[in-house]
Amino acid sequence: MLKQIEGSHAVAEVVAKCRPNVISAYPITPQTHIVEELANIVGQGKLDAEYVNVESEFSAASVVLGASAAGARAYSATTSQGLLLMSEVIYCIAGMRLPIVFTIANRAISAPLSIWNDQQDSMALRDSGWIQLHAEDNQEAADLHIQAFKIAEETNLPIMVCMDGFILTHAFEPVDTPDQKEVDNFLPPFRPTNIVDPRWPRGIGLFADPRFYMETRYILHRAMEKSEETIKKVSEDFKKAFGRDSGGFIKTYKLEAADVVIISMGSVVGTIKDLIDQLEEEGKKVGLLQICSYRPFPRKEIYNTLKDKMNIVVVEKSISLGRGGILASDVRWSFPRAEKKDRNISSFIAGLGGRNITKNDLRYMVEKVEKEPVELEFLGLNKELISEKDL
Amino acid sequence: MAKTYKKPEALSDQHTHYCPGCTHGVIHRLVAEVIDELGIRGRTVGIAPVGCAVLAYNYFTFDFQEAAHGRAPAVATGIKRVRPDLIVFTYQGDGDLASIGMGEIIHAANRGEKFTTIFVNNTVYGMTGGQMAPTTLPGQRTTTSPAGRDVEDVGMPFKIAELISGLQTPAYISRQTVLKPKYIVRGKKAIKKAFQYQMEGRCFSLVEFVSTCPTNWGMTPVESIQWAEENMLPYYQLGEFKTPE
Repeated sequence: MLKQIEGSHAVAEVVAKCRPNVISAYPITPQTHIVEELANIVGQGKLDAEYVNVESEFSAASVVLGASAAGARAYSATTSQGLLLMSEVIYCIAGMRLPIVFTIANRAISAPLSIWNDQQDSMALRDSGWIQLHAEDNQEAADLHIQAFKIAEETNLPIMVCMDGFILTHAFEPVDTPDQKEVDNFLPPFRPTNIVDPRWPRGIGLFADPRFYMETRYILHRAMEKSEETIKKVSEDFKKAFGRDSGGFIKTYKLEAADVVIISMGSVVGTIKDLIDQLEEEGKKVGLLQICSYRPFPRKEIYNTLKDKMNIVVVEKSISLGRGGILASDVRWSFPRAEKKDRNISSFIAGLGGRNITKNDLRYMVEKVEKEPVELEFLGLNKELISEKDL
Repeated sequence: MAKTYKKPEALSDQHTHYCPGCTHGVIHRLVAEVIDELGIRGRTVGIAPVGCAVLAYNYFTFDFQEAAHGRAPAVATGIKRVRPDLIVFTYQGDGDLASIGMGEIIHAANRGEKFTTIFVNNTVYGMTGGQMAPTTLPGQRTTTSPAGRDVEDVGMPFKIAELISGLQTPAYISRQTVLKPKYIVRGKKAIKKAFQYQMEGRCFSLVEFVSTCPTNWGMTPVESIQWAEENMLPYYQLGEFKTPE
C-alpha cells in the first residue's frame, strides 16, 4: 500500500513483515526511530518477536549473534559509533556465517562528534565479510530488507542495508509497503542449517590455529564473491513479485551515450540524476553508474559497463585518511592495469559530516573533470575555515 | 548597590540547549559554584558524556574533554593518572553511565581512581528521545517500553549509588536531588564534599542526582517535579551511602 511515511517507519514496518524472531538494539541517532517503531509494533502484539532492550550496541550485536546461532531470524539496527562499538562482534557474525540483517543509518564518525550523514561508518567495516547494500531512496531501503533476509539466509552471510542517516531515515516519502501475504510469499520461513542444538552437536566460532584459520577466510571470501549470483537473482525475483526495480548489483542512468560517467552510491544519486537531466538539456552527455552492492564489489560489472568510457568520476561520502577515496580506489582497481593509460578516473570526497551536496557542487565537479582528471578533491570545502598552520 | 548574587565564574554566558524544566541547568550551576568556592577553576578538567549533557563544555569556563559513549570514567582515569594535580570530574547521565558505560564506572570506582563523577539520573535516554534506561522505574512507559517497564523481562532499575557503595575502594558516594530549594542546598554540599575529598587525594567520589525529563515524560516542569518526588524518591532514596573513614 502506497503511503506517505517516514523512512525509518517504512523500514520498521517492512522488517516486522519479515517476521524476525529476535530484535535487539540500542538507540542512537539517526537510527532510533526504526527500533522505536519496532518496539511499538511488538508492544502492540502485531509481531511475535523477542524485543531485547540492552545496555549497548556491543550487547545488541551479541544478543542477535546468540539468537541467530540458536536458529532465530535476527535483526538489529545501528549507525556510526554504535556500529564501531559492535565491530568486534560484526567480524564474529560473519566468521560464524550467521545470516543476520542490520540496518545502518549511515552517519559520520567522531571526533569531532557529528550526528549527520556520511558513509564512513559502514565503510569502516567493509572488510568484515558482511554484504553491504546501499539504498537510493526510502522505497529501495524498505525493499532491500525483504531481499536482505532472503539473500542472507540463502548464502549464510550477514547483510548491512545502508541508508543515509536523516536524508532518508527522517524523510517522509511515498513508500509502497507490501502486505504480509506478499512478503510471506517472497520470503519463506527461516530454515537454519548452522545452529547450536544438542540434537546435532557442534561448536560455532571455535579456535582455529594456523593450520586452519586462513582457509576459513578464503572460504568466506569466496562465499562473498559467490553471493553476487544470489543478490542478482533475488533482486530479479523481487521485481517479478513486486514490480519494482530495487537492489541488485549496479544500476545505470543515461549511460550509453555519456562522455562523463559519475559513480556513486546512496541517496546522492537522486541529485546526480537531476543534474544529468539538466545537463542533457544543455547538450552535455553525462551518465551515472550507481553502486547498489558495495560488498561484494561489482568489479566485473563496472569493467564491462564502462570499458569504453574514458572519463569517470567517483563521488563518495567517505575517505581513507592518508590514502584518499575508498570507492574510487575500488573503481580504479576494476580496470586492468594495461587499460588504465588513457582512462581518467577522478576522485571527489563530498558530504562528510552531513554537508549538503548540491547540484551546483556536482556541476562544478563535472565541469572540472571535463577539463582535466582530478586525483583527489574535497567537494565544497570551505577554505576560510582552514589556516596554513593546520596543514 | 552591592551585588549579592551573581553568575559563577565557572559558568559561561552561553544559553543552554536544555529543555524547559530540565534540572541539568541547576546541577551545572552547583558544580560551577563549588568550583568557584574551592578556587580550582584554573586546574579543573571536566569529561563530557554522550547524551543530553554532551554539550556541557559550552556552559563551563574550564577545560573539557569529550569521551566515547560511556567511556568518561576511563578517559578521566587517563587524565588524572597523568596529571594528579588536576581536579578531574565526569558529568554523566543514566544512559551514558548506567547503561553503555556500566563497565567503566564500576571498574574506575573499584580501582579507586581519584576523580569525581556527577551522575544525573532522569530514568530515560533523554537525547535520543526518551527510550527505556537501566534506571527506568517499574511500569514506567517509554518509547521502547510502550507497555511500561516489565521487570520480569528486563529486571529492576539499577540503584547506582547503592551499587557502587558496595565496593570497598570508593571514598564518597551520595544521592541527592535538586527538585526543591532545600534539596538544592544539600546537593551543593555533596558536590563540594566530593571535590574536597578529591583535593585531599582520596579515592573515587560520586554524587547521583535524581533528576527529571519533562519533555520525554510528557509533563510540564511542575508535574515532572511532582512525579519525581512521588515516584523516584521512594525508590532512589537520598542520602550518603559511603563516606571516608
